[in-house]
Amino acid sequence: MIETETSSDTVDTAHHTLLEARDLHVEFPSRGRRARAVDGVNLSIGAGEIVALVGESGCGKTTLARTLMGLERPTSGSVVYDGTALDYRSKALKAYRKIVQLVLQDPMGSLNPRHTVYEAVAEGPRIHGLSGEREIVAEALSRAGLRPPERFFLRYPHELSGGQRQRVVIAGALALNPKVLVADEPVASLDASVRGEILALLLKLRADLGLSALVVTHDLGLAWNIADRVAVMYLGRIVESGPVEQVLTAPRHPYTQALLSVLPESPERIVLTGEPPDPTRIPGGCRFHARCQVLASGKAAEAGVDAKCRSELLDILPATAAAQAACHYAELSA
Amino acid sequence: MSSVATSRRRLAFSRFWGSFRQERAGMAGLVLLVVAVVLALVAPLFIDDSVTSVVRATGKPWAAPSLDHPFGTDESGRSILLMVWWGSRTSLLIGFLAALLSIVIGMVVGIAAGHFRGWIGAVLMRVTDWFLVLPSLITALVLAAILGGSTLTIIMAIGVTTWPSTARLIRAQTLSVEARPYIERSKALGGGHWHITTKHVLPNVAPLLLASTTLEVASAIVTESTLAFLGVSSNKTSWGTMLRASYDFGAPTKGAWWYILIPGLCILAVVMAFTLVGRALEAVLNPRLRKAGA
Amino acid sequence: MSLLELDDLSVTYRIASGEVPAVRGVSLKLDSGAALGVAGESGSGKSTLAMALLRLLPRDARVGGRILLDGDDVLAMKWGRLRAVRWAEASIVFQGAQHGLNPVQRIGDQIAEPLFVHGQADPRQARKRVAELLEQVGMPTWRARSYPHELSGGQRQRVMIAMALACSPRLIIADEPTTALDVMVQAQVLTLIKELIAEQSISLVMISHDLSVLADVCDQLAVMYAGRVVENGPSREVFHEAKHPYTRALAAAFPTVGDPVSRLAPKGLGGDPPDPMDLPTGCSFHPRCPVALEECATLDVGLWPAGDRRTAACVHVRAKEEAS
Repeated sequence: MIETETSSDTVDTAHHTLLEARDLHVEFPSRGRRARAVDGVNLSIGAGEIVALVGESGCGKTTLARTLMGLERPTSGSVVYDGTALDYRSKALKAYRKIVQLVLQDPMGSLNPRHTVYEAVAEGPRIHGLSGEREIVAEALSRAGLRPPERFFLRYPHELSGGQRQRVVIAGALALNPKVLVADEPVASLDASVRGEILALLLKLRADLGLSALVVTHDLGLAWNIADRVAVMYLGRIVESGPVEQVLTAPRHPYTQALLSVLPESPERIVLTGEPPDPTRIPGGCRFHARCQVLASGKAAEAGVDAKCRSELLDILPATAAAQAACHYAELSA
Repeated sequence: MSSVATSRRRLAFSRFWGSFRQERAGMAGLVLLVVAVVLALVAPLFIDDSVTSVVRATGKPWAAPSLDHPFGTDESGRSILLMVWWGSRTSLLIGFLAALLSIVIGMVVGIAAGHFRGWIGAVLMRVTDWFLVLPSLITALVLAAILGGSTLTIIMAIGVTTWPSTARLIRAQTLSVEARPYIERSKALGGGHWHITTKHVLPNVAPLLLASTTLEVASAIVTESTLAFLGVSSNKTSWGTMLRASYDFGAPTKGAWWYILIPGLCILAVVMAFTLVGRALEAVLNPRLRKAGA
Repeated sequence: MSLLELDDLSVTYRIASGEVPAVRGVSLKLDSGAALGVAGESGSGKSTLAMALLRLLPRDARVGGRILLDGDDVLAMKWGRLRAVRWAEASIVFQGAQHGLNPVQRIGDQIAEPLFVHGQADPRQARKRVAELLEQVGMPTWRARSYPHELSGGQRQRVMIAMALACSPRLIIADEPTTALDVMVQAQVLTLIKELIAEQSISLVMISHDLSVLADVCDQLAVMYAGRVVENGPSREVFHEAKHPYTRALAAAFPTVGDPVSRLAPKGLGGDPPDPMDLPTGCSFHPRCPVALEECATLDVGLWPAGDRRTAACVHVRAKEEAS
């Protein structure tokens, strides 16, 4: 395992890398072609770190999260937890599921309508045969902010509000005492006023329990709200990553710049034309070149990198904590 | 805490019962059904096998309905009323057990085919399709003929040939349940195949199973009668064998309408009762139908 | 004169277990060519309000008050007149572009449908108009021959907008037109809406839960809570200097990237949106209000003037107003 040492050297040494994607590729058959949903990703999540994975729908961010959870098998590359590559035999996978937990977007759908809150939270402990089920459930519910827990035990999901449901889902994850939470759009289907409360809960859990989190979202404001580090994904690859303050206030990749520019309140808009392209037909050269505003405006040609943009592949970004961008134009100024 | 859970269950049941009671046809069917089942169960307290005995027949052959024999007599002078009563035991027993067998096979195959995608599911579905295109009546005839005539054989023959439609139904429902996010959540919690199918899929397909079991009983009773009419029976008096006998002994030419009509009406009434209850259950338990009705 | 005027509008749904007051006395005005944003959470009554404008509510809804469209009361209109008003004068763009289109009909035919319904066109004219509309919403004209499944979410939303524009209405009601769309596609659709209302001087009523989007597109903003307007005024001012604590909370829910105040400090409101069947006494916001006074539990303050063209329903606003 020489690889481990080299990669943990490059990651900020203050952080102990907990979960890592190494040169991860995930492909699916799609209408007779192969969709490269995740097309070479290095990403690490440190202990107690919150990382936001940002991108548009279809960029592969959900597939990446599912692969990190072990719900999807990579075509090549590996998922590494605490220095050990993930083992896909069912026993090892079951043990891994105690450590890494999932929170999905739609809290109504992620709770079985026929199960009470107690049953929903107790599901994990029952699967793993933990003793003291009642105490575990009560503690998880109060940690998730549902107090007093006994009041919620026998409620059904449809009797709860959206925010309460998401708290139940989070409590269900906490019941297994995990180290990492993977949250896929955790507040996208919640009411605006409740959103902040759930995000604050994630921050509180990090402070109290040292929980790490990967938050998958399309919302840059959310990343600004809670994440330490952000990774921007485009068409199966991370195109820019680094500390939130740096990436979101001084973005270097044209795609990140465009995403930030269309937020309400931003002074100058760069509205990219067209839809995110198809993962079954990833363009050659830089995968963003067809929509790139820097290339289109001729700035790339002035700098003399336009030919490179169209033809030369970019290296896969390493899993470092420092700010980095996969862009020929940005490399010049770096 | 468990007492609270029980009271919640009780509440859920009373809610279900409340909406079932709104279904008039279903209630009528249920009353008819309860009467039929209770009568069949209490029959041994009043009569026994001897009512079907040719030698101990009490009346004249081909007697029309009278006060002594309200539904008339058959070719040997046996009371049709008592025979129908006694025969209901066999008919209902075969109906229930064959339906149960069919539903159990259909449920296991359906859930497995829906849960295990990939080759297991594909193979199971091919087998199901193969059984589906087999003419089930002929298969049942052949099976019963090979295995010999006993109640168990008839149950097997009906059960083994009627499960594919249930399997298809359950598979479709399983697929739709498995697409829900809570299945993903359960997997992420570490739940295996057994956990997911028994804790999440089964409770969700159960209402559908209940409704389809009721319908299946009705069709099993009809199949039993058909088989008996075609000459495959368990050598016990049932509504089907009575119909067969009425035909064999030329009841139509003798003008003995009661011999044909009474067992026929019994089959019709019980089958209709089961169908009405089944439809009502479907309407109450299937939220999509419920919404459309509201 | 104002194009649309709501006067004490109320909508109550009658359901098995009682009455649900969804909209409770809303008065709003929209000038011709202006854009009004209605913000609120689920259950605030904002979608009911949108549906009420064209009388699209289900039968079990009881509507009170007046809705004046160009001086004509929508609620008192005869059926034939109402049909003419729908589409021809005012049309609606629904949320969820996936379900708003018929999956087995070509896009062009669907856009042309209102033209035929209102007897404005023969097939040749209709084809020409469809091409024109597609161009207006930024789609190639050959797309008229496509089916909905061949389009992406953003394109489908564009088609919905083209359908709404078909009969050149004077008012468009857009209910969450960009929810469920990606940021970039959302920006494209919002830009399109802004251009259309500016170029064709169409008035717009836009419903959303996202205050920042509304502040961006609309001139005027009304914030709804529990079926009532709690704050109303010019959109930028309402967004940046909210007077009502609920508006402040909504505005803070969508942080500005780069603002150090919101960094690692997500803000939200405690508690949950109220149950319309069991509204709190007094000010219906008081159980969740961070600045509630004792009197808020019993006192229901109506809208008070809160500066130039602004109103807000809060005791603090009233206190300031009475002091001055």
